Order: sequence, then structure tokens, then C-alpha cells
Amino acid sequence: MFLVPDPVVRFFHRMASPPHFYAFTERLMPWLVIIFLLLTATGLYGGLYLAPPDYQQGDSYRIIYIHVPSAWMSLFIYVVMAIAGAIGLIWRIKLAEVVMISSASVGASFTFIALVTGSLWGKPMWGTWWVWDARLTSELILLFLYLGVIGLYGAIDDKRTASKAVAILALVGVVNIPIIHYSVEWWNTLHQGPTVAKMDKPSIHVSMLTPLLLMALSFKVYYLIALILRTRVELLQRERNSQWVKVKATDEGRL
Amino acid sequence: MKPARKQRLILIGLMVLGASIATAFALKSFNDNLMYFFPPTDVVEGKAPKDALFRLGGMVIKGSVERPDKGMMVRFRLTDFNKEVTVEYTGILPDLFREGQGIVAHGKLNAQGVFIAEEVLAKHDENYMPPEVKATLKKQVTPTSGQKP
Repeated sequence: MFLVPDPVVRFFHRMASPPHFYAFTERLMPWLVIIFLLLTATGLYGGLYLAPPDYQQGDSYRIIYIHVPSAWMSLFIYVVMAIAGAIGLIWRIKLAEVVMISSASVGASFTFIALVTGSLWGKPMWGTWWVWDARLTSELILLFLYLGVIGLYGAIDDKRTASKAVAILALVGVVNIPIIHYSVEWWNTLHQGPTVAKMDKPSIHVSMLTPLLLMALSFKVYYLIALILRTRVELLQRERNSQWVKVKATDEGRL
Repeated sequence: MKPARKQRLILIGLMVLGASIATAFALKSFNDNLMYFFPPTDVVEGKAPKDALFRLGGMVIKGSVERPDKGMMVRFRLTDFNKEVTVEYTGILPDLFREGQGIVAHGKLNAQGVFIAEEVLAKHDENYMPPEVKATLKKQVTPTSGQKP
């Protein structure tokens, strides 16, 4: 903490307080939605219209504009979820617990999309919907980890106890993340090796890479939007007996 | 950091470390099972199972694809740039099957050491480029540059 400048520390301290977080995200939301729409529109236009067809796959490769960002998000969100879980366990910050559990369903959805789009592409290109190679299997395990997190959280009534149990499950599951990423390098797989995330320069032409990165950014912003919406609902539910929620509800005339 | 928090941080660190080490050992011992296919070198050296189905992966050698009886049967040679194995397959090949590209075949060896495939899957490589760029690349490097399957 000693390396982080003071205003940043103060910002995070304030954000950890539920009423402040609630008010801040309310103001932030319209901006996020605008950024998301702009990124998605330019990304899809670039990917589906401007980018040239591939020399081998023709137009079929365009599924990467959904598949690859979803797969990246499935890993990214898991790491966010595990870190939030660790913060919740160590510092007992309520908001971190809420961020953790709110991430799980978004991450599960992205994992599911990555698996389905990959399968749809695999049938014409590889000649099969599914194979049990290391990449596909480890990604499927990731989906089960997400579902396990959601299920475990739902099974325990006391939400603070549930958060602790879920955080431990999420942290143990972190070992799967490097396995997914390196599976294509450690073992022979049907899935191809990394195109963008490697030490060399990316093996994808820049006209195809730009829309891909735009889509990746747009998915990140989408995650932020979905996360905030879910976090707000979860916070209201958990804090329903606290003063700030009562005031808020009366102010907005819903009580 | 307060002692109690520090203790929890260390505990969590140890937990993640322990889980990683356990997984690393498990994966190491299952290493061979996690390989999706055998390269031709292993097959030539006799490391691949005899009289059992297994997967063979490699690059289709340019100019090796032939249809000897003009029917559905295709014969081609697979390489890993070290050893070669001849493959025979009867059926429809996937879209991405072409000479110079990687494929994975499922089947078994016959007595002559020819791999009789029941299924052929195309293995896509990690390169994406427009057709024009590919054409210019081809002009620059005429002999097949060592593209790994």
C-alpha cells in the first residue's frame, strides 16, 4: 500500500463502502453503456465487414470476433473472482465478496459462449463438434468451476459464510487458469496454439487484429456493466435492513 | 498489515501453492494420456500402441495426396519434419484438409505399417491473414517454409 498514491487509496477506501459504491456506479453507468455501444459497433463493423476473409477459412473465421474475446473473458473474470475472494477472506470486505459472487454468472456465460461458438466453428473446420483434447477439456472444467461457485453460494443460507466457502473454492480453482492457457503448448491438442498472446508478434494480420482487440475491449466493458448491475442488486439484498437502503427506498418512493 | 490479516494472507498463499503442486504432480503423471495424438516419429519408433486405436497427428506432405483406385479412398503421407507415416482413409475429408496443413487421424496401424484412419480431423494453425498477403508471402519464400503442424 505504501507505493500507491494517497488519492488512489482514499478512492478505494470510499468505494468499499456500499452506499458510496451504489451512488458512484449510478453516475458511472450511462458512460459505460455509451462506451460499450461504441466499441461493439466499431468492433463488429470492422470484424464482419471491413476485415478481409482468411486465406484458408474464408469467412468462417469471423467467429473469432466472438469466440476469442469470450474465451479471454472467461479466464479474466475467473482471476478477478478469485482475487476478490481472497480480498474478502483476508480483509473481510463485504463489497469484495459481492463482486466475487456477481462475477461468477457473467464468467460462466462467457465460458459457455466460448465453448458453443468453438463447437460451431469446429464442425466445418476440424470436422467434429467436440474432442477431448487438453484445451477443450480444461475450458469445460472452468465452466464446471463457475457452476460450482454459483451452486455452493446458493446452497448456504448465511451469505457471509457462503462467501468464505466460495472464495476457497474459487482460489483452489485458480490452478486451472494457467493450465487452460498453456494447454496448447504443453500437450498435443487439436486446438491451435496462441495467435495473439505470445512472445512473438501476433500471427494475425493487422486488419483482422484491430477489430478483435476492439471486441475484446467491448467485452471487458460489458463485463463491468453486468458486474455493476449484479453487484448493486446483491448489495441491496444483503443490506436491506441498513439505514442507507431504507433512505434510498423512501426517497425513490418505493416503500 | 494487522497480524491476523497477514496470517490469513499466508494461509491462502499456502493453500493455492499446495493446490498447484498437487495439480502439477497429477498432470505430470498423466502427461502421456493428455497428449491428443502421436507424432509420426513415435509411430515409426514403435512407441505408439500396436493393434489398438490411437490418434496420429502431422502435416500432410505436399504432393503426397492420391486416390489410387479413383474412389473415396485417399492415401497421403504425414510428417513431423523428422519421420513419415502413410495414411489411408475412406470418407469425406474436412474443409481445412489440404496439402501442407496439419491434420489428426484416428485409426490403427496395419501389418505393413500403414495407418488405416477411421476419422480425419483438420488441425487449424494459428495464422490468420487475407488471401493477398498469403500470395505475396508465397512469392517471397518459394520452398515450403518449415510450418509446424
